[in-house]
Amino acid sequence: MNDGDRERLLLQGNEAIVHGAIAAGCRFFAGYPITPASEIAELFSSLLPAVGGTFIQMEDEIASMGAIVGASLAGTKSMTATSGPGFSLMQENLGFACCTEVPCVVVNVMRGGPSTGLPTSPAQGDVQMARWGTHGDHPVIVLSVSTVSDSFSITVKAFNLSEKYRVPVILLSDEVVAHTRECVILPTSDEVKVIDRIKPSVPPDWYEPYEGDIRGVPPMPSFGAGYRHHVTGLIHDKHGYPTQKSEEIEAFHIRMTQKITRGFPEIQMSREFFLDDAEVAVIAYGSVARSALRAVQDARKHGVKAGLLQLITLFPFPRGNVSPVLSACRAVLVPEMNMGQISREVHRVNQYDCRIVKYNRVDGQIITPTEIFKSLIKL
Amino acid sequence: MPVPAKLLRHNYLRHDKKFPHVWCPGCGIGIVMGALLRAINRLELSNDEVVLASGIGCTGRMPTYLDFNTLHTTHGRALTFATGVKLANPALTVIAIMGDGDATAIGGNHFIHAARRNLNLTAIIVNNSIYGMTGGQYSPTTPFGAKTTTSPYGHIEHAFSIAELAVTAGASFVARSTVYHAGLMDSLIEQAIKKRGFAVVEVISNCHVQYGRRNKLGNAVDMLKSFRDNSVSVRKAAKMEPEDLEGKITIGVLTNREMPISTEEYDKIREMANEDKR
Repeated sequence: MNDGDRERLLLQGNEAIVHGAIAAGCRFFAGYPITPASEIAELFSSLLPAVGGTFIQMEDEIASMGAIVGASLAGTKSMTATSGPGFSLMQENLGFACCTEVPCVVVNVMRGGPSTGLPTSPAQGDVQMARWGTHGDHPVIVLSVSTVSDSFSITVKAFNLSEKYRVPVILLSDEVVAHTRECVILPTSDEVKVIDRIKPSVPPDWYEPYEGDIRGVPPMPSFGAGYRHHVTGLIHDKHGYPTQKSEEIEAFHIRMTQKITRGFPEIQMSREFFLDDAEVAVIAYGSVARSALRAVQDARKHGVKAGLLQLITLFPFPRGNVSPVLSACRAVLVPEMNMGQISREVHRVNQYDCRIVKYNRVDGQIITPTEIFKSLIKL
Repeated sequence: MPVPAKLLRHNYLRHDKKFPHVWCPGCGIGIVMGALLRAINRLELSNDEVVLASGIGCTGRMPTYLDFNTLHTTHGRALTFATGVKLANPALTVIAIMGDGDATAIGGNHFIHAARRNLNLTAIIVNNSIYGMTGGQYSPTTPFGAKTTTSPYGHIEHAFSIAELAVTAGASFVARSTVYHAGLMDSLIEQAIKKRGFAVVEVISNCHVQYGRRNKLGNAVDMLKSFRDNSVSVRKAAKMEPEDLEGKITIGVLTNREMPISTEEYDKIREMANEDKR
């Protein structure tokens, strides 16, 4: 290994997530074995000790989620990775992380559901769950990856957003991306932009643990750094103590929502392909976006002015990126490996004459370029 | 230097907001809190180096009042958060405070695995045989036959013995006290915090409001007196026949053993990993 040069590696998506996390400064991983996410835990257990980090396999996913929140409170960037059934178990402590604004990254390598579902088959059925799985109104950021290269770079972004906004970030991969091997050239550590949480600069006596800065995000000290404070999953006032006062409860919710709303331009990420003159478009994410790109290229060869909007951020739903496509195109195809979880979001933001067509597969099979192409030329 | 007893509250109770506390008059949890503070004081730990984690329930509210790094987590999960804190910063003294339902029903799996894993953590379990905060439903330590709001005809399940469960699960140090034996409790909690490895102190406590009242056990004082009359030391219990120990509370240190500690073992793994890299 030569530190000065970029590394060229043949990696699967799951492995690239680990490399991305370590590059972003992640030094703690807690997890529980589950297909198709287990390789993430395995590689962390091998790589973390050498960089001074810690890996632990917990007794279940509830415990894994609790442990990463604890580690983050102690000042260490932390992550867990799972698939649908484990993600269900994580919802409880994920809500705790939302309520107490503890940065952490949760990877869900989606497989077919519900319940034990299809452990070795790809799906995108957890999209709405990623946004609304834990109870109560809460802020959360959901990102998706479609290539091995993405699995590195979007993981870095996930950590950066999590640290910057003090919010859990959910990274959705799927069985296809997770197990596809591709050649990737990893950036050097100088080239990776890493954002760390802002720590309080005031004397400890002045510190208010839940008073937002100008962005609505409170500075966050590590346990043991002298800024003793209370962290609770009860709705709390700016001092961190439980409150039942309606004005304090409302202020809590408004700040939690606004800290994300203010970051929309940065948080809402997507990629555009051939959209400049497009008359019809595909809106896709995850491994389906790969098939979609090929289908769009084929459609262009057949004289159809097609384009692709690949969503990277799924929630907060990137309305600002989707709306221009809806206003410019006469029809949009939304292919998904679920019954239409993002197409309903596209419908929600559609204020134009644009026709929205769903294309869904829930049979454990990927959506091929040919299928998308056939639907696309009929639009 | 430890501070004099009369200054304990100035040193360790939060000055800003949040009193009065949620506990009923006569509740045993306050006695446990006092013992915890006296133990921390005697060990001369600074407030900054202590992390106190709890779950949900009456006992779970304790960290709110104390001037440490405090973490009031989800129901049953205190030990999972404590595990993350300790692994991320082993220099911190991490203590989990839980109730019987919190630690051994919803958190039972985390409890036995924390004992097996043997991190350098302290778990204090206030066992009052009932879910107090939610209105007196039966818990894993409610005795057979007892009346609760969910066993109005008498309880038909059998109770966990928490300390013995911890011994079997592999904890390094396990002790039991009652809230009557406040002096003993101070000492046991002090030993538990000092112990290198996973240390458990079970404290038998009174919930005269939700448990005592429905089972005709009298008021708080009556229940404390019954703890006094029914407790036997570990040494004395060893000489007694099992049938004579029926209904008795064995108090003192049940086990104290030396085992490898996960955090220290992990340091060795880091060295091995670094050698591989070279």
